[in-house]
Amino acid sequence: MNDGAPQLSWAPSELEVQRQTYRRRASVRSVVIAFGSTLIFAVVVAVVLVKTPGWANVRESFFNVDIAVESFPAILDGLWLNIRVLFFSAIGVAIVGTLLAVTRSLRGPVFFPLRALATIYTDLFRGVPVLIVLFLVGFGVPALDIFPRLPAAVWGTVAITLCYSAYVAEVLRAGMEAVHPSQRIAARSLGLSHVETLRVVVIPQGLRKVIPALMNDFVSMQKDVGLISVLGAVDAIRAAQISVASTFNFTPYVLAGLLFVALAFPMIRLTDHVSARMARREQSGGTV
Amino acid sequence: MSVLELRNVWKRFGEVEVLKGVDLTLDEHDVVVLIGASGSGKSTLLRTINLIEQVDDGQVILSGDDITDPTTNVDKARARIGVVFQQFNLFPHMKVIDNVTLAARRVHKWPAEEARNKGVALLEKFGLGAKVDEYSDRLSGGQQQRVAIVRAIMTDPELLLLDEITSALDPMLVGEVLDLVRDLKSGGSTMLIATHEMSFARTVADRIVFMHGGRILETGTPEKIFTSPECPETQEFLARLMRR
Repeated sequence: MNDGAPQLSWAPSELEVQRQTYRRRASVRSVVIAFGSTLIFAVVVAVVLVKTPGWANVRESFFNVDIAVESFPAILDGLWLNIRVLFFSAIGVAIVGTLLAVTRSLRGPVFFPLRALATIYTDLFRGVPVLIVLFLVGFGVPALDIFPRLPAAVWGTVAITLCYSAYVAEVLRAGMEAVHPSQRIAARSLGLSHVETLRVVVIPQGLRKVIPALMNDFVSMQKDVGLISVLGAVDAIRAAQISVASTFNFTPYVLAGLLFVALAFPMIRLTDHVSARMARREQSGGTV
Repeated sequence: MSVLELRNVWKRFGEVEVLKGVDLTLDEHDVVVLIGASGSGKSTLLRTINLIEQVDDGQVILSGDDITDPTTNVDKARARIGVVFQQFNLFPHMKVIDNVTLAARRVHKWPAEEARNKGVALLEKFGLGAKVDEYSDRLSGGQQQRVAIVRAIMTDPELLLLDEITSALDPMLVGEVLDLVRDLKSGGSTMLIATHEMSFARTVADRIVFMHGGRILETGTPEKIFTSPECPETQEFLARLMRR
């Protein structure tokens, strides 16, 4: 540009061409190294596993293909129940969790009892193991004899909803508190009420901040719906258990486990993707 | 009847007395500019008028209504006052038009179409016609602040409070925002403005109010305050600004 002539189009300089060549070579080298080390690792694991003295027995009782094929339909049927329980629990959790989070953020002495109840609820249900809630709800509530006879899966859904609502409420509340107070002040200055400010300004922004955390809770819920088997509902785990009892072989458990992983996998990847995208946006193009 | 009347307004934060008995009256179409060092109480005064801070004593009277009365509906009172903040405080999850029409739709219950029409008209009037459907965080600081001003004047509030609205902007963008405020003045808005822009204060103010240590020490026309201030504190404050 020293001669004052306008530069019409950009062509990479000698220096940039050198840098690009270097980077290309470096990335080829790292792909080769990654591939090689993965291969070596896999071979070592396989060899060590096969060389163990009990491998033949383990392969027979945990990875028996015939038994896997035989038990597959029943386990898949059971998984369908898990998926339905998951669907309804997720809806329940979204509703109850939001109500709890909003209740905990209400101001004013009138709401003190509600606020206190919501606080006790979230403390309690985050502390109690899911299994115990399942037993109490699944066996205790029907024993009251005020509800018609309902399938165990329904009580399982209720128990899962009770537990996860407490977690989700806390995540939502954290998101709402992460919204800068100046946003609240701006909304109130326009004349919006406290509740309206929550609804149109705080919750939409807070929700965005905690989407990865919520998706993570959902992933966790996807596997915990398997716990309803303790109530006798014939879900994937229960179906596997029945099959194990008749064949004296653990392969159905492995199969059920793999199916749960397959169920959760898309959500796990999506969570990673969303988190990465949000991080990218907040770095606004930076590379650190 | 005056649009705003402050009577003996006190405000403490813990042990610190931030406002020590402020009296101030704005009649319709008055443009009053608050000047004074940081910490003199300008922002707090604006926040008490808007009921973001509760006064510890005294009264804020808006067009004859004592809005510091505990029976006041604060939401209704706030809806009658437009506020513009130093940091714009636009809602980043909403489009420009939704920012501007939010109060009209939600608080004043205008039909959606009427709100949108007026919002678009105002945005076009102030050179923001191309930004109607943009998200607010895509705009430059000056554009954001102009959107914030449009949001504040959308429902024709009785009073406008502008709290150091150019302090977060670089000098190139200050001009466009201040031009808009001059337009509002010629449109007859009643405004109470806190600022550090003395040249702007001089051209836009009907009256300058000098605050120091939570009190109003001196009030007068821009000519009087800037050429022959009476208080030693005012003289020192202005002298320091000149020396910069």
